[in-house]
Amino acid sequence: MAARLRGPGWYRAAIGIPIGFLFGAGIDILIRALQSYHPLIDGHALTTVGLLSTPFGFLIGIGCFDYWFRWASGAPTVPEDHSGHGARTWRDYFRVNTDHKVIGIQYICTTFFFFVAGGAMAMLMRAELAAPGTQFVSPNTFNGLFSVHASLMIFLFIIPVFAGIANFVIPLMIGAPDMAFPRLNALSYWLLPVAGIMMLASFLAPGGSFSTGWTAYAPLSTHTPLGQTFFNIAVQFAGASSIATALNFLVTIITMRAPGMTFWRMPLLVWANFTTSLLVVIATPFIAGSQFFVLFDRTLGTHFFDPGRGGDVLMYQHVFWFYSHPAVYIMMLPGFGIISEVISTHARKPIFGYRMMAFSLMAIVVLGFTVWAHHMFVSGMFPWLRVPMMLTTMLIAVPTGIKIFSWLATLWRGVIHLRTPMLFALGFITMFTLGGISGIMLAVIPFDIHVSDTYFVVAHIHYVLFGGSVFTIFAGIYHWFPKMTGRMYDETLGKVHFWLSFVFFNLTFGPMHLVGIDGMPRRVADYAHQYATLNAVISISSFIFGLSFLVFVYNIIASWRHGPLAEANPWRAHTLEWQVSSPPPIFNFDDVPTVVGGPYEYGVPGAVHGVFKERKPVPAGSTATAGVTTE
Amino acid sequence: MLPKSPLARMFIYGAIASVILLAISLSIDWFPQQGAAAAHKIDTLYDVLLIVSVPIFVLVMTVAIYSVIRFRARPGDTGDGPPIHGNARLEVVWVVIPFLLVSGLAIYAWITLNDIETKKKGEMIVHVTGQQFEWSYAYPGPGGGQIQSNELYLPVNKPVKFEIRTKDVIHSFWIPDFRLKSDAVPGITTNWRATPTRVGLHDVVCAELCGAGHSLMRGTAHVVSDRTFTAWLTKLGGGASATAGKPGAAPKGPAAIAQGKQLFASNGCTGCHTLAAAGASGTVGPDLDKVVSDAAKYAKGRPAAAYIRESIVTPNAFVVPGFPKGTMPQTFGQQLSPQQIDSLVQFLLKSGGGGGGK
Repeated sequence: MAARLRGPGWYRAAIGIPIGFLFGAGIDILIRALQSYHPLIDGHALTTVGLLSTPFGFLIGIGCFDYWFRWASGAPTVPEDHSGHGARTWRDYFRVNTDHKVIGIQYICTTFFFFVAGGAMAMLMRAELAAPGTQFVSPNTFNGLFSVHASLMIFLFIIPVFAGIANFVIPLMIGAPDMAFPRLNALSYWLLPVAGIMMLASFLAPGGSFSTGWTAYAPLSTHTPLGQTFFNIAVQFAGASSIATALNFLVTIITMRAPGMTFWRMPLLVWANFTTSLLVVIATPFIAGSQFFVLFDRTLGTHFFDPGRGGDVLMYQHVFWFYSHPAVYIMMLPGFGIISEVISTHARKPIFGYRMMAFSLMAIVVLGFTVWAHHMFVSGMFPWLRVPMMLTTMLIAVPTGIKIFSWLATLWRGVIHLRTPMLFALGFITMFTLGGISGIMLAVIPFDIHVSDTYFVVAHIHYVLFGGSVFTIFAGIYHWFPKMTGRMYDETLGKVHFWLSFVFFNLTFGPMHLVGIDGMPRRVADYAHQYATLNAVISISSFIFGLSFLVFVYNIIASWRHGPLAEANPWRAHTLEWQVSSPPPIFNFDDVPTVVGGPYEYGVPGAVHGVFKERKPVPAGSTATAGVTTE
Repeated sequence: MLPKSPLARMFIYGAIASVILLAISLSIDWFPQQGAAAAHKIDTLYDVLLIVSVPIFVLVMTVAIYSVIRFRARPGDTGDGPPIHGNARLEVVWVVIPFLLVSGLAIYAWITLNDIETKKKGEMIVHVTGQQFEWSYAYPGPGGGQIQSNELYLPVNKPVKFEIRTKDVIHSFWIPDFRLKSDAVPGITTNWRATPTRVGLHDVVCAELCGAGHSLMRGTAHVVSDRTFTAWLTKLGGGASATAGKPGAAPKGPAAIAQGKQLFASNGCTGCHTLAAAGASGTVGPDLDKVVSDAAKYAKGRPAAAYIRESIVTPNAFVVPGFPKGTMPQTFGQQLSPQQIDSLVQFLLKSGGGGGGK
C-alpha cells in the first residue's frame, strides 16, 4: 500500500488533491491573517486560490511531474524502461502514459465525454426554447447552460479532439517513433480533464455556473457570482494544454520527419496541424490574458474594465477576439487536413493543387490575425476600423475557396468510394460552403448591424463548427478507426449516423437563419410569440439530431469490442500510417521508412510514398518497386 | 482533357438549379417590416448577397453531386483515378474570380454603410439609457433641459440620432424594423441614426447578453405623426416638471404611492418582478405580490418597510432563497433620492400584500 501511495497513480492523486487545496488555503489564510482581514476564512478567496492549487496537487499526484522533479533535484534519474509507454490493458489509458497513440485515444475519449455533456445541455436549452415563456429552467440557469455548452464544445471538444486525432496520426504520418516531448505531451493531456471538470463544477457554485456566454464580456463578467471564476481559471488550464501541444507538434514536425520527408512531401493533415499550431502558439496567450484581467478585476481589485476608474470596456473585446477569431481557424484548419486525406484516399486521386492547398493554409493563418474586429461592428468601437476589417474578412473567402474548389477537382474523375468517412467529407463540403457564405454575409457591415447578436449568428457558427468542424471530426474518427483500434466499424450504422445527422442538422440550424433575420436575438431564455412555430420545429429536429449521436456511440463501442479485425491498410492509402500494422507497433516503425515521393500519388503506376529497408510495401493494384519516385 | 459533354450538361443542371433556388430564396419574406429609411437599403443589399451566393453554392453542389453519381466506384473496382496534380490556369481562375466578387461586394457595402450613417439635417437627438433590464429615454426639453421618459415615441419621417449610454453592463439597443443597433457601453456614448418611415409599433430589443433578465429586456417604439409626437412631448414635459418635484415638496399618502408606482415602472423593476398592481410579470426576481409575506417570513422582528428598503438599497444583504445573488442592480441607492425610495417602499407595502391594493 505504501508503495502505491508513493508511486504515481490515482491513489497518490487522491492524496494530492486535498494537499493541493490545503496548500492554497494555507497561503490564503496566512495572508489574510497577516493583513488582519476579516473574516479570516472567506469562501470566495478560498475557492479562487483552491481552483489554482488543487489541480497541481492532482497533476503531481497522478505523476505528470515525477521525472522532471527527480531530474531537477539532482536525484539519479531512472533509466527509461518504457514502462510508461504503450497500453496493454484498458487500465493503461487511466494513467500518465507517454505513448502518443495512447495519449491520442485518451484525448479523443475525454473530449467526446465533454461533447456529450455539452450536447445534453443543448438538449435542455432546446427543451426550454420549444415554446415561449419559462418551461423547465430559470433564466439564470438558462444563461449558465448556453455558457457552459459553448465553453465545453470549444475548449474541451473541438480544439482538443483535433489535437487528439493529430496526436495519434501525425507521428505515424511523418515516420517518427513518437512526439518530440512525450512527457510534455502527457502533461498536456492531463490538463484537459482538469479544465473540463472545473467548468462542469461551476454549476455547484453558489449563484450557479458562469452565465455570461463563452465570450464573457466585461463588465458583466466582473460582476457575476462565483461561477465566473471557474471559467476564468479553467480557460487557463485548457489554454496551457493547447499551447504545450502546439509547441510539441511544431517541434515534432520540424525535427522528426523521416529521411526524405521534405515539407513538400508532407500529407496535408501534417501541414494543417503545422499551421494550426502556429495559430495556437501566437494567439492563445491573448485569451489567457483577457481572462486574467477579468480574474484580477474580480479578485484583486484592479480596474481593467471599470470605466469609472480609468478602465476600458472595449479593450476586453479586442483582446478576447484577437485570440478568439484565430481560434475559429484553430477549430477548422485541422479539419481541412482531415478532409484532404479522406477525399484523396477514398476518391483514389492525388489532391488537386497540393501546393496551393498548403499555401492557402498559410494565407489563412496570416489573414486570420487581421479580422478580429468583425465581431465588434456594433460594439461602439472606433468606426473607421470596420471597413478594413470587412475587407480582410471577405478576402479569407479566397484561400477558403481555393480549398473547396481543389477538393471538388480532386473528386472529379476519381473512383469515389462512398464509405462513411467520404460521406462525412461530402456533408462537410455542403455545410461548410453554406457556413462560409453566411460568413461573407456577416462580414458585410450594413447587414451585420442588423443580424449581429441574433440567431443568424447562432446558425452561422453551427454551420461552420458543427457542419464544418464536427463533420470533419466524424470523418477522421471513421477514417482512422481501423488504425486506432485494429478493428473495422460497421459501415451500415456509419451511413445511418451520417444521414440522420445531415438531415436533422439542417432542420435544426437552417431555420435559425430565418428567425435571426426576423429579429430574434440570441442568448435568450424567452422570446416573442411570433417566433414560436419555427422554434418548435428547431427543438423537435434538435432532439432527433441529438439522438442520432447514439448510433455513433453504439457503432464505436460495439465495433471496438467485437468488430472484424482490420488489415494494415483497408483503404489502400499511400501515407505512412497505413504501412504499419493496425494498431501500430509500440514504437510505430520497426525500421525507419525513407520517403521517396508525394503522399497522394494515386493513379501513378508503381508510385509509393515511403519505403522500408526490410519489406517493401506494395500498394494494392500495382506492382511497386521500391524507390520509384513520382514525376 | 475533360470531356465536353458532361461539363455542358452540368452547366445546364446548375443554371436550372440556380434559377429555382434563387426564385425560392428571393421570395422568402426574410425581414420584419421596414420601419425606417435604412431598412430598404439593407434589404436590397441582402437580396444582392443572395443573388451572388446562391449560384456559388449551386456550383459547388452540382460538381459534388455530379461527381458522386458519375465517378462512383463500381463494386469491386480497385482502380485509381487519373493522376491529375493540378491545373495552373484553373487555379488562377478560382483565385481571381472570388477576389473580384468579394471586392465588388465590399465596395457596395461600404457605399451603403456611408449612406445609412450620414448625418441628416434637422436631427432630433434622443438619449437612450440601458440598465438591467429596461430602457429609458430623454428628449431635448425647453431651455436646454431634458425630458425623461420610459417610453419611446418618435415622429414619423423625421431624422433622429440616438445617443446611447448604459448605467451598468453592456446592452445593445436594437430596433429590428429599423435594421439598426449599437451596443450601449459603460464609459462611452455610442450612437446610430435613423429616419422612421412607418407609423405604428416597433419592437425594441436588447441584443447583448446583460444578465438574468436579458431575454425580457424588450420594449416598444411608437412611431407617430409629428402632431401626436409634439402633443405627447409637451404633456410629458409638463407632467415631468410637476412631479419631478421642487425640493421640499415630498408627496405624501396617495400621492407618494402614485409616485412609487411611476418609479416602479420607470426604473426597470417590471422587467424582473411580478407585481399585479404594476402590471408586471417578470420571473427573474422574487414575486413582489408576496413581498409583505416574504418580509414577515425572512425579516423576523423588523418591520416590512425596513426589509423592503434594504432589498432596494443593498440587495445582496439578503437574497430570497431560490434566487441568485448579485442579479438585482446595486445602484438604486445612489440612483434614487431617499424621498423617492420612501415612495417606492410605500407603494410596495400597499400593493405587495398578496395581490390586493389595485
